Amino acid sequence: MASNAQDVAEFVDRHYEAGFVTDIESDTVAPGLNEDVIRLISAKKEEPEWMLEWRLKAFARWKTMREPNWAHVHYPPIDFQAISYYAAPKSAKDRPQSLDEVDPKLLETYKKLGIPLEEQMMLAGVAVDAVFDSVSVHTSFRGKLAEVGVIFCSFSEAVREHPELVRKYLGSVVPVTDNYYAALNSAVFSDGSFVYIPKGTRCPMELSTYFRINAMNTGQFERTLVIADEGAYVSYLEGCTAPMRDENQLHAAVVELVALDDASIKYSTVQNWYPGDAEGRGGIYNFVTKRGDCRGARSKISWTQVETGSAITWKYPSCILKGENSVGEFYSVALTNNLQQADTGTKMIHLGRGTRSTIVSKGISAGRSQNAYRGLVRIAAGAEGARNYTQCDSLLLGSQCGAHTFPYIECKNPSAVVEHEASTSKISDDQLFYLRSRGIKQEDAVNMVVNGFCKEVFKELPMEFAVEAQKLLGISLEGAVG
Amino acid sequence: MLEIKNLHVEVAGTEILRGLNLTIGAGETHAIMGPNGSGKSTLSHVLAGREGYTVTAGSVTFNGKSLLDLEPEERAGEGVFLAFQYPIEIPGVNNVYMLKAALNGIRSYRGEKELSAVEFLKVVKARVKAIGLDDSLLNRPVNSGFSGGEKKRNEIFQMSVLEPRLAILDETDSGLDIDALKTVSEGVNALRDGKRSFMVITHYQRLLDYIVPDHVHVLAKGRIIKSGPKELALELEARGYDWLLEEAAA
Repeated sequence: MASNAQDVAEFVDRHYEAGFVTDIESDTVAPGLNEDVIRLISAKKEEPEWMLEWRLKAFARWKTMREPNWAHVHYPPIDFQAISYYAAPKSAKDRPQSLDEVDPKLLETYKKLGIPLEEQMMLAGVAVDAVFDSVSVHTSFRGKLAEVGVIFCSFSEAVREHPELVRKYLGSVVPVTDNYYAALNSAVFSDGSFVYIPKGTRCPMELSTYFRINAMNTGQFERTLVIADEGAYVSYLEGCTAPMRDENQLHAAVVELVALDDASIKYSTVQNWYPGDAEGRGGIYNFVTKRGDCRGARSKISWTQVETGSAITWKYPSCILKGENSVGEFYSVALTNNLQQADTGTKMIHLGRGTRSTIVSKGISAGRSQNAYRGLVRIAAGAEGARNYTQCDSLLLGSQCGAHTFPYIECKNPSAVVEHEASTSKISDDQLFYLRSRGIKQEDAVNMVVNGFCKEVFKELPMEFAVEAQKLLGISLEGAVG
Repeated sequence: MLEIKNLHVEVAGTEILRGLNLTIGAGETHAIMGPNGSGKSTLSHVLAGREGYTVTAGSVTFNGKSLLDLEPEERAGEGVFLAFQYPIEIPGVNNVYMLKAALNGIRSYRGEKELSAVEFLKVVKARVKAIGLDDSLLNRPVNSGFSGGEKKRNEIFQMSVLEPRLAILDETDSGLDIDALKTVSEGVNALRDGKRSFMVITHYQRLLDYIVPDHVHVLAKGRIIKSGPKELALELEARGYDWLLEEAAA
């Protein structure tokens, strides 16, 4: 019998299944970044003057900023002048009115990814705003959503058609000056999604966006803005997968959520960007700023993420709990394999009275990967009776990987209660032997233990997504066990 | 059915089993007794295929096949079941879900059709009744937060669903109070159908009052030093092991 450690190592060593490049002519801007490029992006998107000015202001700030280096990740310096900041599939120029008008190659790509758009629309009742290389190609179910007043469209469309909403909320959660990558995104963001749920409206379906990077050497700078007006509810799903490629790619998205009085936003992510090959070549740099603002009383924002991809992940979906009795939640599964590095976690900023937050983080490290949880819980002086519960567990597969936990707690109000629990364990030979002795194959046994470990997070995902997430975890752990 | 010949096993360079011979026929129940450190648990683990044990000599054949060449899950497929002395907790994994995967793993190993969820639940319902297991344990995570008695009962319940040809009970009586011991034993006895074989590893005669063996073996220093009928267990209870050890040394 082979040694168990070796089996597990072989086991987690698998190839990226979504690795393929679709041959679509891209309308790509030459690499490099200066004011002219930003003007060009803005012009291509037919943006109003105020939008261009906002971008230029962000660019001016970005030039004065420095890349952050505090995260527990290591990578060669990025040459920001070597990146192309805009690419659009040619067929996007004439916006398709139905699926028939969509480039068949695009549809084929979706099919390879297992997300046939037609079927999804019919079967799952999910409205898909599919982002393919920076430009929204297809949006479905717009009619049905419009009936109840829900706006779900590409970001560029929102800029043109709902400027008053965009101007009011854009940058109000993540200001352009927030951090290096947020400033960069603000200057060059290509496209993304915009959601507005009117007062007292429960969005009748899960809203979903699939991202995909598909042109060589193109940074992907998505911008997402979700606003839930008073008493509104929305569940938003974001899923990503990218094709195999050689060079590192920068992905610096910004997501802003605003929840007004009694509103509730549930934001779920399954992230499967290309992680690089077994030697760590290629793979996406995922430097994302995600933040939700519980602006209204009794509002609630819940982040759920399942992260299996990217060479480097630097991501802290956070909640600012401003409104009285508002609630923030963060449920996360982060799996790293081979030479992947992840530094991820959350920030819960308690400002209002009676605010509550829950953090459940599950990190799984395999191969030679490094997986860090970094979380901040800050209770401001005015946050009377605030409460936080943090649970942070790490699971190690094999002996060459690392798990790290960096919790920061700042409490300025004596009435607050903050709890932190953390555990680190190796996947146990006892558990695997127990399951195998019952007749379960080693591969299935590992899957079973890992899925059990993640259970608390998976149960927070919407049903269809939970299935997808488990599948993804299975694929990520699949390997050459003989 | 099970034939162990001259089995030598090392753990981390130390020889634990030193030429063990044992034959168990179909439908027979054999008790293995012996002092602490005699190699009883090593024997059960080697038979189930646990890693970390090096077989340096000898053979184990099970229904004509060499057991030592098989992976643990393949041994389960052949019909070997080990009831653990310390059942393992697997957080987040539903007890019944695990058992369904196990049963279907075994069935597919044997080339049988996998059971649907409905068919499987029927089997489970019938077994739960027979074992007297608390229904609520079914949908809890495997052994997580179970009491000692619940864990042991769960082992016997799994055994009743998986229907092994050879069941190895590794100190199933340890940590059980008298009432739990009775229920667990009744569960085991219900599975004695004249074809299924049992290897019952225990320190105490008490268990053998309930699960009455056909043969009793004394394992000491890695070998069977004495075999006899069920009355041997009573003698051991009365006289301890020392006289046997002296006899063996002589």
